[in-house]
Amino acid sequence: MHSIQVRFFAAFREFAGTDAVLLETDAETVDDVFEACLQQFPRLFRPEASLVAVNEKMADWSTAVRNGDEVLFFPPVAGG
Amino acid sequence: MKMAIQQGGLDMAAVTASLQDDRCGAAVVFEGRVRNHNEGRDVTGLEYEAHEPLAVSEGEVVLAEAARRWPIRDAVCVHAVGTLEIGAVAVVVGVIGDHRGEAFEAARFIIDEIKARLPIWKREHYVDGPAEWVNCQRPVID
Repeated sequence: MHSIQVRFFAAFREFAGTDAVLLETDAETVDDVFEACLQQFPRLFRPEASLVAVNEKMADWSTAVRNGDEVLFFPPVAGG
Repeated sequence: MKMAIQQGGLDMAAVTASLQDDRCGAAVVFEGRVRNHNEGRDVTGLEYEAHEPLAVSEGEVVLAEAARRWPIRDAVCVHAVGTLEIGAVAVVVGVIGDHRGEAFEAARFIIDEIKARLPIWKREHYVDGPAEWVNCQRPVID
């Protein structure tokens, strides 16, 4: 088990009802972390084209996570 | 090259004031404005939210890519965050080059990539219902 700090932005924050959660999890990838969040926040879902960042750098859903990492979940962007 | 995030509606002249170069015969400026409708619904205003550090760093990558692909002399992009009214300027892209071809093409590339890649989100307010985040509707399950 390790600790992963999760932060939700925009629509994800609204779906989760919070902007952050500290997970104690055995998740190995960003994808696993999101699955763990789905268990905890039933209104959360993953629209296509959602993006992720790990420790303030853009990352992939398959990016490995380690104890102490911060994972940022970004819903589909809509700038411009 | 400069990428920035700024609170509230933008002033195009201020954003592009730094684009001065006597070698350049072309200045192309794109201004993205808040419109009063989207996908058939009347919009009364909107809010932008950004993850500012990553929006700026990814925007700088986009500008650098444009400078590699076209022989432009300079480019800027500023995107607004916060509450914006109809008609307010939400994003400005400015490019200068010796000739118009590269300036037009680079400006088009920059705005398209900015819209697709930067962690910026839009929440629209409607006449006929509660505000919604754009592109984030829950799929309807039959």
